Amino acid sequence: MSKKIVDASIPTLPLSAKFSRWFGRNLIRVYMFIAFTYLFIPVAYTFAFSFNDSGKSNLIWKGFTLGNWQNPCGAPEICAALGNSIKIGLLATIFSTILGTMIAFAIGRHKFKGRSTSNLLIFLPMATPEIVLGASLLSLFLVFKINPGFWPTVIAHVVFCISFVVVTVKARIASLDPRLEQAAMDLYANEFQTFRRVTLPLVGPGIAGAALLAFSLSFDDFIITNFNSGTVTTFPKFVYTAAARGIPAQANVIGSAMFFLALTIVIIGQIVSNKRKIS
Amino acid sequence: MLKIRTPYLLLLPGFAFLFTFFILPIINLAQTSTQTPIDGGDTGQYEQTLRFGNYIDAFVENREQFGRSFTYATIATVLALIISYPLAYAIAFKSGRFKNLFLVLVIAPFFTSFLLRTVAWKQILGEEGFVVPTLRSTGIISESTTLTSTAFAVVMGMTYNFLPFMTLPLFASIDRIDPRTLEASGDLYANGFTTFRRVTLPLSMPGVVAGTLLTFIPAAGDYVNAAILGSPNTKMIGNVIESRYFKVVDYPTAAALSFTLMAAILILVTIYIRKAGTEELV
Repeated sequence: MSKKIVDASIPTLPLSAKFSRWFGRNLIRVYMFIAFTYLFIPVAYTFAFSFNDSGKSNLIWKGFTLGNWQNPCGAPEICAALGNSIKIGLLATIFSTILGTMIAFAIGRHKFKGRSTSNLLIFLPMATPEIVLGASLLSLFLVFKINPGFWPTVIAHVVFCISFVVVTVKARIASLDPRLEQAAMDLYANEFQTFRRVTLPLVGPGIAGAALLAFSLSFDDFIITNFNSGTVTTFPKFVYTAAARGIPAQANVIGSAMFFLALTIVIIGQIVSNKRKIS
Repeated sequence: MLKIRTPYLLLLPGFAFLFTFFILPIINLAQTSTQTPIDGGDTGQYEQTLRFGNYIDAFVENREQFGRSFTYATIATVLALIISYPLAYAIAFKSGRFKNLFLVLVIAPFFTSFLLRTVAWKQILGEEGFVVPTLRSTGIISESTTLTSTAFAVVMGMTYNFLPFMTLPLFASIDRIDPRTLEASGDLYANGFTTFRRVTLPLSMPGVVAGTLLTFIPAAGDYVNAAILGSPNTKMIGNVIESRYFKVVDYPTAAALSFTLMAAILILVTIYIRKAGTEELV
């Protein structure tokens, strides 16, 4: 008698439900493991081959060495290319973050005539294939007899970074509680003080994230750079040119170093924002 | 008065920049696309003759590459969707407090230059890599089959390189689904599959649409994967545009091809968004 009551309160699951439970608990973990392995295979390969004692072309494993890490500039022109990439990346980040943040505040904070057209103008560069962006800018530079090179590349990078900055900062502004600003105004802060002491610190992480995104987009760009950089070599351009005859192991060193550096920045950012949430 | 002007003042510098370096170049590209070579002029000198035949010539001459671009991009997008959906679902619903960590892991491969990773695939799938000998010795592929310089390698490279563009928007929209709606569906006797088809999938449609667009558009215009992982038989329209610019110095054809590519993408995207029924996305 008592057994029956227990049975009624905990109904046995049908087989299909049992299976789907097992599926949910285990198969999806296995799947995640496989998916992340797939994502990281080339990263691991790049890292492993940065220790290859390979000489000029880094195709076959020839033995372990730390030499490439001790001398990352050992391959000709590689550090000049890296330097160009960093300079172009920083300049493109500064310009696109300033211009993009202003646009994000206009669209995110104000209702005005032409707002939906503005949204469209921001969306268009993202919907244009990179090759069309690169080719059309090069055509314009050629018309005005401007030689492709360092500054044309910076300009080209700002064009495609702006939209991503706007989208990122706008999302942050949208998640802001407007009552915080109203509270500041109630406490006799004027508009400028409110902006500087309340709005900007709150939107700050969004702007920082947008700047990081802009830098990584610029640093990794090849197609648009290839069209507008002329004789200036950036790191991706260096890799592309070297790929035909085998890239030097120093490129793997720089790629791996960038990976760990960016990962560190992201993790520190996560820890800081978690701490803020707790306090 | 200042209040009304504020948004316009904020927009002015950015939009002036975008107008000069995005809109003007596109207009200029349209002009270039109908030019013809100057009689007796040097290579690279063209004059405006409004020759719209450039478009027909360019398309007919390169229809194979156009076809390939859209086929490869479509396959890569579908593959990326199939791989990403369970991954995004798992991160959103099954990863608990490790959610942020897994998200970082999806983006992390991006930090290694995308060209380095593509070259790495070339070497992993190449003759000296470990994949080909393993597959040969187990008899999965024949002795003469290679993996690099094939359409397979190009599509695989594209799928890999654009995967985060699919996973992140998918995650964003799946993460927003209230798990109680899934429970409610189960309470109403829907099995796992029905719940997925009738509840999860429709609710995640904005992510599916955004992800497919963010993957398809760069994939259709890409030429790096085809250049590194492919062969002359896998050339895409991007490769043609690049060589028209730099090797042949045939600007009008390159411009006409760029415009055709952009128009084709815009038409496909519009049809797709209409069908998917999430117009507010754009």
